[in-house]
Amino acid sequence: MTSHDLRAEDLTLGYADVDIVSHLDVQVPDGRITVIVGANACGKSTLLRGLARLLKPRSGAVLLDGKAVQDLRSVDVAKVVGLLPQTPVAPDGITVADLVGRGRYPHQGFFRRWSPEDDAAVEAAMEATGTADLAERPISALSGGQRQRVWVAMALAQDTDLVLLDEPTTYLDITHQVELLDLLTDLNRAHGKTIVIVLHDLNLACRYADHLIAMKSGAIVREGAPQDIIDADLVSDVFGLSSDIVPDPVSGTPMVVPRGRHHVATPAL
Amino acid sequence: MTTTTRPPTPSPAPARAGAVADVARITGLVVLTGVLVVVAFASITLGTRGVGVSTIIRSFTDYDPDSTAQTVIRELRVPRTIIGILAGMALGLGGALLQGVTRNPLADPSIMGTTNGASAAIVVTIMVFGAQSLHTYVWFGFLGAAAATFLVYAVASFGREGATPVKLALAGAAVSAGLYSLITGIVMTNLDALNEMRVWQVGSLASRGWPILHQVWPFFVVGILAALVTARWLNGLALGDDIATALGQRVARTRGLVFVIVTVLAGSAVAACGPIVFVGLVVPHLARAICGPDYRWTLPYTLLLSPILLLAADIVGRLVMRPGELQVGVVLGVIGAPAFILLVRRRNLAEL
Amino acid sequence: MTDLLDRPADQPAAPEPTVRVRRGRRFRQARVVVVTTILGAVAFALFVATMMIGSFPVSAWEVIASTFRLQDDPSIDFIVRDLRLPTAVTALAVGLALGMSGLIFQKLLGNPLASPDFVGISSGASMFAAVAIITFHASGLVVSGVALLGAVLSAGAIYLFAWRDGVTGYRFVLIGIGVSEFFVAITGYVIARAQVSDARAAMSWLVGSVGQAGATELRILLVSLAVLLPLSLLMGRQLGVIELGDDAAQGLGLRVQAARLGLLTVSVLLVALATAAAGPVAFVALIAGPIAVRLLRGQGSGLLAAAFVGAIIVLLADLVAAHALPAALPTGVVTGGIGAPYLIWLLATVNREGRGG
Repeated sequence: MTSHDLRAEDLTLGYADVDIVSHLDVQVPDGRITVIVGANACGKSTLLRGLARLLKPRSGAVLLDGKAVQDLRSVDVAKVVGLLPQTPVAPDGITVADLVGRGRYPHQGFFRRWSPEDDAAVEAAMEATGTADLAERPISALSGGQRQRVWVAMALAQDTDLVLLDEPTTYLDITHQVELLDLLTDLNRAHGKTIVIVLHDLNLACRYADHLIAMKSGAIVREGAPQDIIDADLVSDVFGLSSDIVPDPVSGTPMVVPRGRHHVATPAL
Repeated sequence: MTTTTRPPTPSPAPARAGAVADVARITGLVVLTGVLVVVAFASITLGTRGVGVSTIIRSFTDYDPDSTAQTVIRELRVPRTIIGILAGMALGLGGALLQGVTRNPLADPSIMGTTNGASAAIVVTIMVFGAQSLHTYVWFGFLGAAAATFLVYAVASFGREGATPVKLALAGAAVSAGLYSLITGIVMTNLDALNEMRVWQVGSLASRGWPILHQVWPFFVVGILAALVTARWLNGLALGDDIATALGQRVARTRGLVFVIVTVLAGSAVAACGPIVFVGLVVPHLARAICGPDYRWTLPYTLLLSPILLLAADIVGRLVMRPGELQVGVVLGVIGAPAFILLVRRRNLAEL
Repeated sequence: MTDLLDRPADQPAAPEPTVRVRRGRRFRQARVVVVTTILGAVAFALFVATMMIGSFPVSAWEVIASTFRLQDDPSIDFIVRDLRLPTAVTALAVGLALGMSGLIFQKLLGNPLASPDFVGISSGASMFAAVAIITFHASGLVVSGVALLGAVLSAGAIYLFAWRDGVTGYRFVLIGIGVSEFFVAITGYVIARAQVSDARAAMSWLVGSVGQAGATELRILLVSLAVLLPLSLLMGRQLGVIELGDDAAQGLGLRVQAARLGLLTVSVLLVALATAAAGPVAFVALIAGPIAVRLLRGQGSGLLAAAFVGAIIVLLADLVAAHALPAALPTGVVTGGIGAPYLIWLLATVNREGRGG
């Protein structure tokens, strides 16, 4: 696995006439798992789309290995950075293996079609995600959890050193959420893939992130290892939630225990 | 579908912004109601000199058969206007419901089989029994529309996943296509059918009087009331079948019920006035562009916008070509379509 | 390459699923090839059959020999080459073009109803042709040229109106609806105001018939098809990525706007040329794609199969319209009746196995 440097400098992103992310600097740590958290509409998905070259910067730039991604060829970026968007569309009647195979697009030329390399990548991706047994099934016949694993398999078949995932655990029950994050950790540890995930669940984020980025109103509030940055003040600032932070009994990472208005038996720590 | 063009709403104070938007939307509904009253009044009185509200009332309470103005109003204008209002509402809501239940912006009674079902039933009637009166067509048209809509739903419901949006759309298109062949086949070989269909197919409010109104008003009223309570279901379905199920909806039953309502609405409207495609296809998008994708607002806006546009176009059609008439459908297309295009361009439309 | 394969030595490799995936892909590919070949063979058989039937029956061999100039027999050549071949070739070419462009539209716009008939392309051609026929008493090549112009202009207008930092499929569909309604209204108005004979001429053009193509239109259509069909097949790969949604496609390195414009251009030209030759033959573009996709069980791009299905529908419709009905009718009357029952049957049965969509 070659090491890569993906960073944003003075990055401003937006839609129509609204700036969502403004003048933001960030560097994605190479070979680590980075998780971006924040309240709804804080700009975390927008940042991810910007990093993946889906949005043109209003100002500043996203740099991949020192070059602005907007100046690189799309397929060249796509050989290094893969993206699983929030709402991909499964074409009518398509089978699992066929869909995963579409991830090979950047590796094929206008005339160079399917190759043994493509076969190998698809097979490896389906094996890694445990979807090989589903290969011939149509997507429409799968459960939500299976479907999400197929999409991850497609992103893996793209065989990039960096994989960006936008809320990959949506629609999944807790078992499948953990399974998916374990899978991404496997990929990171065994193959050194750099992984960036936008995640809703703060506790899973703390457990699985090597590097945590907390965002609010289009800016980064704090970033670093979860145990270094997570405290009650941060949670209150970013999510507007009063909470206690205790060590996760399983992993030892910070665990955020919300204090609601009811069922509060102990005074704030 | 992608969400690329939808900017996330800024987080600060969403509750207050929502309340402000609600007030604006309610004001909009009040204004539209006023506009509808004005348009309806214009539709009744236009072209007859010195007619006021009192003349309209007198033509019912104290009818003087010798007064041309009173006769015109009582026998022609009032029923025509009422049919325009009800049929407009029914077509608009029918389109909105079909678009919601299939999550497809192209779905409307004319492509989902309803219209062609009515047309096919009418041409077959003509072929078998010869030309009939307009209000005989209404019954056959309604039956044909109902049968075709039922067929679409039945075809799409086969199989494990039941009636998914894609299958509904395809089944609708296929049934429409088959019926189209039947219709054109008969029309091109049967002169009676050709003559009758040429008039009926354009879609018009002309010569729709009390007898037709008496035939169809119960369907309109029941259908419109039923349609208005489906908003919450449609909002659920809009999130996708999986989420709708997770929210506690019985998706298959909901779809089936919505289809029954569409059959009543679109079936009776098409039977009464012929296919007026624009209202069912475009007005729901228009409503969505004004008030956003929440069906609790889209449906009331469609309810008011549809008859306003239909009556206004009818009035324009009566004015521009005196003493003849320009059909409603033509006016709506020529004036309404460009306005719709401009609106789509200017707004960020939420997707279905 | 694939680092996923470079497993640590202590981790045992699991060959079975790997082999199964590869074998599965070969099997599916073989299936695509077989189904597509069969569809092509059926289309060719129908192509030959339409030239055999008539007041003077000709054998299949004689048709093939004469069509491909394998032997000379003046009387057979007259019947086949001069009388029947033009219509048969038109039906074949129009069907191929409509079938393929319809599926491209549906995939490109991510909507099974978004065939060129319903998003304003055919209605543009129809409006221009109706005005030419009724107002200027045009006929033949002029009408074809005007229809071609109408289709291309309306497609261009839709694209430009829908452009706003790029074109999304959804906005294209909505603008297409608006443009279509506009043209349909004007067409209706022009026909309603016309003399009866002009109106009838316009209406029969609007139904669409493969018999109405002149030699020049046919030649243009064939030459263009020779370029456009292979081009569409080459672009099938881009299409397969675009239909995953704009974000996913961009993530895979596709230049979405450029690819969409290229695919739209190719498919609009296909529809426009077919419409210019035979009029807006209804429902072929709408129905051929879904039938092909279902026969292939969603494998591959299905573009070639859709083209063959389109050709089968039009050829069959031509056979039925010309010979099986009490009165000869334009092809466009029959096309819907041919494809629709089959699509309905496919929807109802294929889904029972849980293989539909």
